[in-house]
Amino acid sequence: MKTLMLGNEAVARGLFEAGCDFVSSYPGTPSTEITEAVAKYPEVYAEWAPNEKVAMEAAFGACLSGKRSFCGMKHVGLNVAADPLFTIAYTGVNAGMVIGVADDAGMHSSQNEQDSRHYARAAKVPMLEPSDSAEALAFAKLAYEISEEFDTPVFIKMCTRVAHSQSIVETGERVEVRKTYEKDPQKYIMMPGNAKRRHPIVEERTQKLIAWGETAPVNRIEEGEDHAFGIITSSTSYQYVKEVCGDKYPVLKLGMIWPLADGLLTKFAASVEKVIVVEELDSFIETRCHELGLNVAGKDIFPCIDEFSQNLVADKLGVYAPVCGAKLDDVIPARPPVMCAGCPHRGLYYTLAKNKVTAMGDIGCYTLGAVPPLAALDTTICMGASISGLHGFTKAGGGKAVAVIGDSTFMHSGVTGLINAAYNESNSTIIIVDNSITGMTGHQQNPTTGFNLKGDPCTKIDLETLCRAVGIRRVRVVDPYDLAQCDAALKEELAADEPSVIISRRPCALLKYVKHNKPLEVDPDKCKSCKMCMKIGCPAISMVDGKAVVDNTLCTGCGVCAQLCKFDALKAPQEV
Amino acid sequence: MKTKNIMIVGVGGQGSLLASKLLGKLLLTKGYDIKVSEVHGMSQRGGSVVTYVRFGDKVYSPVIDKGEADYIVSFELLEAARYTEFLKPGGKIVTNTQQINPMPVITGAAEYPADLVKKMQAAGIDVDAFDALKLAEEAGSSKAVNIVLMGHLSKNFDFTMEEWMQAIESSVPAKFLELNKKAFMLGRDA
Repeated sequence: MKTLMLGNEAVARGLFEAGCDFVSSYPGTPSTEITEAVAKYPEVYAEWAPNEKVAMEAAFGACLSGKRSFCGMKHVGLNVAADPLFTIAYTGVNAGMVIGVADDAGMHSSQNEQDSRHYARAAKVPMLEPSDSAEALAFAKLAYEISEEFDTPVFIKMCTRVAHSQSIVETGERVEVRKTYEKDPQKYIMMPGNAKRRHPIVEERTQKLIAWGETAPVNRIEEGEDHAFGIITSSTSYQYVKEVCGDKYPVLKLGMIWPLADGLLTKFAASVEKVIVVEELDSFIETRCHELGLNVAGKDIFPCIDEFSQNLVADKLGVYAPVCGAKLDDVIPARPPVMCAGCPHRGLYYTLAKNKVTAMGDIGCYTLGAVPPLAALDTTICMGASISGLHGFTKAGGGKAVAVIGDSTFMHSGVTGLINAAYNESNSTIIIVDNSITGMTGHQQNPTTGFNLKGDPCTKIDLETLCRAVGIRRVRVVDPYDLAQCDAALKEELAADEPSVIISRRPCALLKYVKHNKPLEVDPDKCKSCKMCMKIGCPAISMVDGKAVVDNTLCTGCGVCAQLCKFDALKAPQEV
Repeated sequence: MKTKNIMIVGVGGQGSLLASKLLGKLLLTKGYDIKVSEVHGMSQRGGSVVTYVRFGDKVYSPVIDKGEADYIVSFELLEAARYTEFLKPGGKIVTNTQQINPMPVITGAAEYPADLVKKMQAAGIDVDAFDALKLAEEAGSSKAVNIVLMGHLSKNFDFTMEEWMQAIESSVPAKFLELNKKAFMLGRDA
């Protein structure tokens, strides 16, 4: 059946059709929908793991048992899972194991622009890279065949524009694959003696994969009329090249991005007068071409920053000069993302800003607390870095500071930082902003919510008990809608001479089960235009003709603004 | 057929994903090659969001670049003005006249430009501006702005009403079907 699917949904369909039985992932844009989509197939067991390392290790265990498995993550998640990756590359698999990783060129929703292809090369693991949804489905299936034939985990690498673009796919039937587990210490126990025997096998495997890639249809040469130059490309860059050049120039379209088919690269280079490598982010294919002694152009023409587009490719290849539409003379104000109206993080951030504390931030919706007017954060590095960074900052005498970390991020990699703070007796105040969901990636369950990926009730990790169990004596819960309570808690915990945890708890205002209050109303006679209510950066409040106005389509009636108004101008409707 | 390009722009949370879903369903039944590119993640939190819909005999790039859009459908006036450079010569902007202040305007760091429709017209842009929010509320929900806009856009294509209605039926939950059909017709007649 022909249907329109997101690239990520197509990967999920490919996993399903390939008989994948076990999926463990951690959400992260732009990879999340693979796991959400595959969870809808009742034949497939799928779960959210607390982090990517756990997900990859779980997927390894599942493939060892004899079932085809998958783990999915975004590019920075692969950093977390890098430890098992480099050694699973040595052990190989039993049933097939596929690792989905999604890069975010252009950083639509990420903290860096790293190129995950380097991991394939560094860990010596093959990587397939689809350029649309049809290939995403086909490559997911092919990945299992490669995995089992060559005894290796296999990457399927997405990027934002392939992951989040819908295109047409043809769906097929599911196959079932079952292997049996047999104990094999020399293959699966990577102590030095065994690992020494495995490493040459890994190197041989790479050579076999190179040979396979020379003729496999996953890599193909598309002939062109004009041999003045030929283009080597893959992924979404291939689409831009074809959009711009059509069938004019020969194209070597690579579906397997590691290991690269050296002979094919060489043969293609010999068939054209000049070779240009078109690839987003780093020089990767180009670097391999240089190693092979091929004279190719690439990053001397194309940037290693940001995503490409057809106009950029047309311009850099000198095919045509894009003609833009009219531009207005007015400065169009930017529209950055903001914390939603009714967001429970807002009251807490107001308290932090008011008390002028240094705040180590973390990864999630609450990173938006860094945006003016709240501007309440000092750092954002990676998942979990708030707590460990705070420990170093306070130990080294940096002054009054706190860490702000979400419930899901705390489960992901905040717990170890908290253990460090307790063990090494840090004078740190850690704030867990518990909105009872993984917010930024679109409401995924996590170990603190009491529900699993399929939506069924499950074991709920109790944050207070966990914090106490690792040795934190001062643990308290506040309601972030209550500014006085937040302020008192912050002052007391900062003054305490030991590590402490404040759990700022209220569910995300966008959750379906959260009941909103009636929108607040402004009494214009009482409004003195002091703009105190504007200090919290709520998108529902604006000043019109010098008076505060509440947008009743956005306001959830959280009442945080009303607590700031000294003139009682902001009220719930019945009180006005 | 040469590839046609429709850009859908707006503010995160306004429902542009449903509009692109509806277009995708319609175009699939017509046998076109299609690409629909969406934005997920951080921008959905009240940021400026763009969805690209491309269809034709063979579509390669998933995105629409500057100078390429046949139509820009905008959920909000400032967002229409933000993307004028993406229009191709002879292209058209279909926009809601609703204004939503972005945070820099709310905090006073920037101003919302005045008379944007007039300014776009003065720049030679073909602009079809109307109050889609009012019509959505008339249909029964402010959330139906997306379908009102699709109704208005539909006047520019020769797909039949039956084809549009089928696409709506397969894109919205049954309990909101009548509301959305009404919203579509109000937009089409506006």
